[in-house]
Amino acid sequence: MKFLCVACDEAMKLVDTGEVSPGDAFTAVFRCPRCGARTALLANPWETQLVRSLGVSLGGRAAPHEPLELVRDRLVESRLLWTGEAERRLERVPEFVRPMVRDSVERHARERGCREVTCEVMDEVRSQMGM
Amino acid sequence: MKTYHDIAGDGGSDIVGQVAGREARLRVRMTSIAHSLAIVSGKGGVGKSTVTANLAAALAMLGHRVGVLDADLNGPCMARMLGVQGRALKLGADGVEPALGPLGVKLASMDLLLPHTAAPVEWHAPAPGHSHAWRGAIEAAALGEFLADTAWGELDFLLIDLPPGPERLDGLHGVLPRCDGLIAVTIPSQVAQLTVQRSIALARRLNARLLGVVENMSSYLCPHCGAIQRLFPAEAGVQRAVLGVPVLANIPFDPQLARCCDEGVPLVLAHQAAPAGRAFMGLAERVGARCSAREECP
Repeated sequence: MKFLCVACDEAMKLVDTGEVSPGDAFTAVFRCPRCGARTALLANPWETQLVRSLGVSLGGRAAPHEPLELVRDRLVESRLLWTGEAERRLERVPEFVRPMVRDSVERHARERGCREVTCEVMDEVRSQMGM
Repeated sequence: MKTYHDIAGDGGSDIVGQVAGREARLRVRMTSIAHSLAIVSGKGGVGKSTVTANLAAALAMLGHRVGVLDADLNGPCMARMLGVQGRALKLGADGVEPALGPLGVKLASMDLLLPHTAAPVEWHAPAPGHSHAWRGAIEAAALGEFLADTAWGELDFLLIDLPPGPERLDGLHGVLPRCDGLIAVTIPSQVAQLTVQRSIALARRLNARLLGVVENMSSYLCPHCGAIQRLFPAEAGVQRAVLGVPVLANIPFDPQLARCCDEGVPLVLAHQAAPAGRAFMGLAERVGARCSAREECP
């Protein structure tokens, strides 16, 4: 989408985005570089969803792309991804307690808002358990 | 007053740039894949995923490096058929590491991301009651992510198992930078052939290369007398003249197929000498030959 300042016949520039908690709708503010006039785009939920479904962030990305980022972000229920190193470390745990350890680590990771399970997350769980 | 095309750039929202970046990532990923083949069907229930799993295993038995993308995001079953259900995708240095099935067949599937086998694919959405307005967009983006973010490595064949329906081919065409061939799966019923004709017509309109048709359930072997019997009326058989493409294989029905799918072992591995096993091996040889023939053409 593009915004045009009709008075100046000048393309407006994005200056601010109001991003958006889940269930919300996004806003974006554009400014005319010539006269300084501002206009706000207030998207409805459908438009917000369509932009999110493209896996893009208004105004550009703040961080590099992560593997399966869109799918992992947008799925209501998904597994946490483990790094190869963390998975190998889990495999060193005796088999009969491995599912329990996996559950504990993933619960901790989710509580912390981690996007994946790394060795650092495993260390945190271990120190919490006093091991 | 200026129009949309008079204005360069998008004023800083960078949506087009991000979509282009994703497409560029996918193009780079595809450079290590020699042949990407889409497996399509006109309607569900013709055994498309069974054919995909067995073709993947048969190509691997011929010494090829094979990957499978389960593009049926809402009804994934390839993990079960390739014996890797319950395994998780792992993060590696080059992306998500696919699960390894029989003979090293690599698999990426939504199934491997869902927390349990009965979990439905549900998306967070501020407009959940109107999913018809956005579901196509998120599924196309998700398909692109699975293709681009999976560390496929060097592959001779990537098989893309599409959900049923001719329109799925159009969706894939919009995502994939290149598709080297299509294999259409059908059964010898006139209803199935009616719908597969639509897929073939659409493929032609998209200038996609049709390798041919696989006729699944073409016959069955009587377990008592060993005679080959028809499952469908003779006049319902795949008509090459009607479809206008070669028939790559006629796969006989084999009750062991269902058991093999449930156990996660492709039939062609467990029963290579059975008529269905031989048919899958023949299919793999013909697919390999048709792809090689294309390489030799200027």
